[in-house]
Amino acid sequence: MEFDWSVIGEAMPALLSGARLTILITLAGLVGGLAVGFVAGLMRAYGNAFLNAVAFAYIELIRGTPIVVQVMFIYFALPVLADIRVNPMTAAVTAIVVNAGAYIAEIVRGSFLSVHRGLKEAGLALGLPLWKVLVYIIGPVAFRRMIPPLGNQFIVSLKDTSLFIVIGVGELTRQGQEIMAANFRAVEIWSAVAILYLLMTGTLTLILRVTEKRMRIL
Amino acid sequence: MSIVEFRNVTKTFGPVVVLREVDLNIDKGEVVVLIGPSGSGKSTLLRCINALEEINGGDLVVDNISVKAGRSQVRLIRQEAGMVFQQFNLFPQMTALENVAFGPRRVRGISRAEAEEQARALLAKVGLAERGHHYPAELSGGQQQRVAIARALAVKPKLMLFDEPTSALDPELRHEVLRVMQALAEEGMTMIVVTHEMAFARQVGTRLIFMEDGKISVDGKPADLLANPENPRLREFLQHVH
Ligand SMILES: Nc1ncnc2c1ncn2[C@@H]1O[C@H](COP(=O)(O)OP(=O)(O)OP(=O)(O)O)[C@@H](O)[C@H]1O
Ligand SMILES: [Mg+2]
Repeated sequence: MEFDWSVIGEAMPALLSGARLTILITLAGLVGGLAVGFVAGLMRAYGNAFLNAVAFAYIELIRGTPIVVQVMFIYFALPVLADIRVNPMTAAVTAIVVNAGAYIAEIVRGSFLSVHRGLKEAGLALGLPLWKVLVYIIGPVAFRRMIPPLGNQFIVSLKDTSLFIVIGVGELTRQGQEIMAANFRAVEIWSAVAILYLLMTGTLTLILRVTEKRMRIL
Repeated sequence: MSIVEFRNVTKTFGPVVVLREVDLNIDKGEVVVLIGPSGSGKSTLLRCINALEEINGGDLVVDNISVKAGRSQVRLIRQEAGMVFQQFNLFPQMTALENVAFGPRRVRGISRAEAEEQARALLAKVGLAERGHHYPAELSGGQQQRVAIARALAVKPKLMLFDEPTSALDPELRHEVLRVMQALAEEGMTMIVVTHEMAFARQVGTRLIFMEDGKISVDGKPADLLANPENPRLREFLQHVH
């Protein structure tokens, strides 16, 4: 069979709109995931027994179940359980928030706790409250150590959006699937889809590399 | 007038008793040198004073505030009692100047410009006027420790706690730190110093305390105790550190 470039040309507008949605879900999901992850990670690292247990349960629940099950639960089970109607897009973003949040929590906890204990003591010994020690002293050191594992998680989350094909969100993989079902040009379509994903993850990697270079790891 | 008052203080780590009903009064202006075998509780005693360790029994009053008086009071104690650590513990993401200006800015809440002005004066005082823009990783151990002393002084404490400030340093770098400490003592700063530097104890110390197994077993004038250690275990200890 011959590789037909015109197939790609015709599919491109739809694929690009899919890619736009993929980016949107990833960005919104990661912003939320970072917020959730920081809170849960700090609860794990510095919270009292109760906060620690809550964060621990959340993290284990999410890490112990597949993301496809999580999004199906949010989209199909939640409406039945709690009478909440969610559209596919909301379900997709929520799934990334909840899922990435759990993994980011572990990254946050690990990097905060990896900072030498003496720095925390030196901050406290000046008479600072713990929150200021975390914000001004431990946080900036921990943040630099978080960048590589966070980058990894960002890429995983971006690729995870392809699984939302199961709830019919028109992201990149779904668009590819629909075009393929109409024209049966599997080679052209899945090559184009793969390259679009590579472009997105490649850009992410590049941004992270630059950020990492500009910050001295301490 | 006492600035530090241990009243029957007990400290345990799980089943291990580290301080056993310690009574100790330290007056303003004293330079107390604390010595004793490894594990005798010297660091713990020091760390109880600024509440880095919580006491389990008795009471401990620092500048008229009990370490048991609650979080905000504990922060006041910590502002009155500066601490210098064996491992310096400088903030690695900040320059020397920023390290020293940090306390006044974030604890006392003064402006950045004013804090840096004071920090420059303090760095000059510890002989590092030219090193303000260097990061800790770019300084020698002796320089780092002097920055750490300046950082503690910046919060204007009434009392300074030193936990083996020269133990992590090469011998040829120790004297520069000891000289700064001596100058501080001569200005009248109240100091409690855990150290093995017996020359410092003799020349600068006004009081020498020997700890053993969580208790103070000898307490007296450095000159007398070092010239004539009557306690046999102190005598043996001194033979090892000399
Ligand atoms: N955080 C801790 N948890 C458990 N045990 C501890 C802790 N800190 C200190 N200890 C124990 O308390 C005892 C006294 O320790 P401390 O550090 O006060 O001794 P030290 O006199 O300073 O010794 P060194 O000369 O080795 O510094 C030791 O037996 C030590 O193992
Ligand atoms: Mg010690």
